[in-house]
Amino acid sequence: MPSGKQRFAEVFAVEVDNVTKRYDHRAVVDDISFSVNHGEIFGLIGPNGAGKTTTIRMMMDIIKPDSGSIRVFGETLGESTKNRIGYLPEERGLYRKLSVIDSITYLASLKGINRELARDRASELLKQVDMLAHQEKKIEALSRGMGQIIQFIVTIVHDPELVILDEPFAGLDPVNTELLKEMILDLRSRDKAVILSTHRMNEVEELCDRVLMIDKGKQVLYGGIAEIKSKYQSNSIRLDYQGHLADMPGVVAVHHHRNYAELILDAGTTPHEVLKQLAATGITVRRFEIMTPSLNEIFLKIVGREE
Amino acid sequence: MNKTILIIRHEFKRMVTRKLFIILTLAFPLLGLLAIGLSQVFSNISRPATEEKAFGYIDEAGGFGSFTEQEGVSLIPFDTQDSATQALIRGEITEYFVIPEDYLTTGVVFRYTLARELEIPDRTQRVINDFLVSNLLKEKITPQIINRVKAPMQLVTTRLTPTGEIATEQGGPEAFVVPYFFSLLLMLSIFFSAGYLLEGLSEEKENRIMEILLSSVSPTQLLAGKVLGLGASGLIQILVWLVSAPLLLRIASATIGGLISSLQIPTSLVILGVVYFVLGYLLFAILLAGAGAISPTVREGQQLSTIFTLVAASPFWFLPFIIENPGHTIVKAFTVFPLTAPVTVMARLGLADIALWELSLSIALLAVSVAGGLLVIAKVFRIYLLMYGKRPGLGEVIRSLKNA
Repeated sequence: MPSGKQRFAEVFAVEVDNVTKRYDHRAVVDDISFSVNHGEIFGLIGPNGAGKTTTIRMMMDIIKPDSGSIRVFGETLGESTKNRIGYLPEERGLYRKLSVIDSITYLASLKGINRELARDRASELLKQVDMLAHQEKKIEALSRGMGQIIQFIVTIVHDPELVILDEPFAGLDPVNTELLKEMILDLRSRDKAVILSTHRMNEVEELCDRVLMIDKGKQVLYGGIAEIKSKYQSNSIRLDYQGHLADMPGVVAVHHHRNYAELILDAGTTPHEVLKQLAATGITVRRFEIMTPSLNEIFLKIVGREE
Repeated sequence: MNKTILIIRHEFKRMVTRKLFIILTLAFPLLGLLAIGLSQVFSNISRPATEEKAFGYIDEAGGFGSFTEQEGVSLIPFDTQDSATQALIRGEITEYFVIPEDYLTTGVVFRYTLARELEIPDRTQRVINDFLVSNLLKEKITPQIINRVKAPMQLVTTRLTPTGEIATEQGGPEAFVVPYFFSLLLMLSIFFSAGYLLEGLSEEKENRIMEILLSSVSPTQLLAGKVLGLGASGLIQILVWLVSAPLLLRIASATIGGLISSLQIPTSLVILGVVYFVLGYLLFAILLAGAGAISPTVREGQQLSTIFTLVAASPFWFLPFIIENPGHTIVKAFTVFPLTAPVTVMARLGLADIALWELSLSIALLAVSVAGGLLVIAKVFRIYLLMYGKRPGLGEVIRSLKNA
C-alpha cells in the first residue's frame, strides 16, 4: 500500500525495507526490514559477523545497499541526513595529537554546527561527565575509558535525532558503563531514536524496547522484548528450597542445578497449581519464580532450530 | 559552512603547525644565509695564507733570471740543489724546481716538494709556466704579446635569440644551477605534502577515525578537503622559497661575487615552478591517497608509495644525460610523461628552450591525468577506505572498480 507507506515515513526515525548487500556474491545482509521509532532504544543484535555493522554503514550512507531502500526521518539518505545522525562506530579512534576540545569541535563542525556552538556544547557535556579539567589534554594522554566517553560526546554533541551506537560498552569499566547507560537513557527521555548494536544480550534486555536479531545476514527475530519473551516462554519454574522434593503431578522433569532446581511443567499445568502442591508437601520454599528465557537462550534456540 | 572547506582548513592548520613543516620551510632560506656567512669567513681565513709563498729554482740552462714575481709567488734562485733542499727543509720556500741544461730541447723541468699531492696544483703550474714563457720570450717580442701568449683568449659568449637579439636567458653553469636547485626543491615539497597526505590518511584508517569522518562527509569531500588543504600548505612553502631565493641571491652576489653574481632567476622559472608544483602535487597527492586508501597501515602505505616516488625522482639519475642531450627523444619523453614531467621540465629550463608544443603537451597530459586520477581514486576511496584486512592486489582493485 503506497499511501500507507507515505504516512509511516513521517512517523519512523528509520525505515529499512528489504535491504540486501553482497560481497563477492555472498549476502552479508540478506533481505532485512525493520523500523525504529522516535523515543525508543532499538536493539540490533546478533553474534559477531552477523551483518550488524554493514547494516549500520548502509544506514549512514557510507556504503550503498545492492537492493532495498533505507529512509531516515522519511527522507532518502543524503548529506543533510548525515547531520541529524550521531554515530559511534565499533572501531574507535580519535586524532591522538589533537586536544580533547579541538577533537570534539572539529568533528562537530563536520556535522554542520558552527564552532562556537560546538565549543559550548562540548564544554557542557564534558562538565556533565566531570571531565572539563581534561579539555586541553591531548587524546593520547587519556585513559582508554576516558577516550571512549569522549567518543560518545563526539557522537551526541550536535544533538542528533538518531543515535547509532555500535558496541558502546565494549572495554568499559563498571563506573563508565553506568555513566554511559544513564546518558543513553537520557537520550530516550528526550525523544531521540537510539539504535544499540551489540552481541551482549544482557545489555539489550536492560536497555532496549524492541529488537531485531540477525544471524548470518538474515533476520531471525523482530519485535518488543516482552512480546518475544512471552512467545518463547518455556513453562518452567525456578525453585530454591530446603527439604525433600517429591514427585508432583504435572511436573514432567526436575533439573538440579547448584543452587536451585528447575521444574519443567506439562502444557496443562499452571505454576499456581505447583505452588499449591509445594505448600502441601511442607518443604521450605526460599524462592519461587516463573522462568523466562533470556534473549541469549532464545537466540541459541532459534539458531539451533534453524540449523 | 561547506564541509570541504572545513576539512581544508583543518588539514592546513594541522600541517603548518607541524615542527617538521616549519623547519623545512625555513631551512632553505636559513641554510642559504648560513652558506653566505660561512663563505665570507672562509675567504677571510684562506686569503693571507696564499700570499706568502716562495718557490726556489736552479737555473742550469741559463737565461731565467727575470720575472721572479708571478701571481704573488716569489721565485728565489739557488746555485745548487743542496742549498735549495736545505731552504725547503727550513721552510723558507714551499718547493723548488730545476731547469736542466737540455731544457730547450726536452722541455723537462724537475720539481721537488715536501707535500704529498694528488696532482700538481693549478697555481704551481701557472706560476712556473708563466715564469718560463716570460723569460724565454723577453726582449724578443713586446710584453703585450707575451701576455697574450700566456693567456691567448678569454671567451665571452652571448646567446642570441632566433631573431638576432640578445637573449634574456644566457647559458652556462650559472643558468643551470638555479633550475637544478629548483627541481630539487619542487620534488622535496611535492613529496613532503603528498607524503603527509598519505600518512594522514593511513593514520585515520589505522586508528579508525575514518568511519566517523565518513559518517559526516562523503569520500569525495574528504579527498578534496585533504588534497587541497595540504596542497595549500605546500604552495606556501614553495612561495616562501621562491620569494627568499632572489633576496638571498642579491645578498650573496653583493658579498661573494663571482659565479653567484651572474645567477639569475628567470620569471619563466617562477611561473612554471608554480604551475608544475600545483599539477605535480595534485597528481602525486591523488596517487598517494589511493595508496593510503587501500593500505591498512601507515607502513604499508609508505611502501606502496615508494614506487611512485622512485619514478618521479628518476630524472635525477639521468641528469648528466639530460644535461648533455637536452633535445634527445628520451628527454622529451621524460618531459611529457606526467610522473617525470615536473622535475624534468625544471631541470631542462636552464639548458635549452623547451619547445612550446612539448611544454603544452606536458602540462595538458599532467592535467588530464590529474582529472582521470581523481575519478578513479574517488571510487577506490569509496570501496577501500573501510576495509581493514589485507591490502588488495592490483588485479583485485581493477576488478572491484569494474564492478563498482
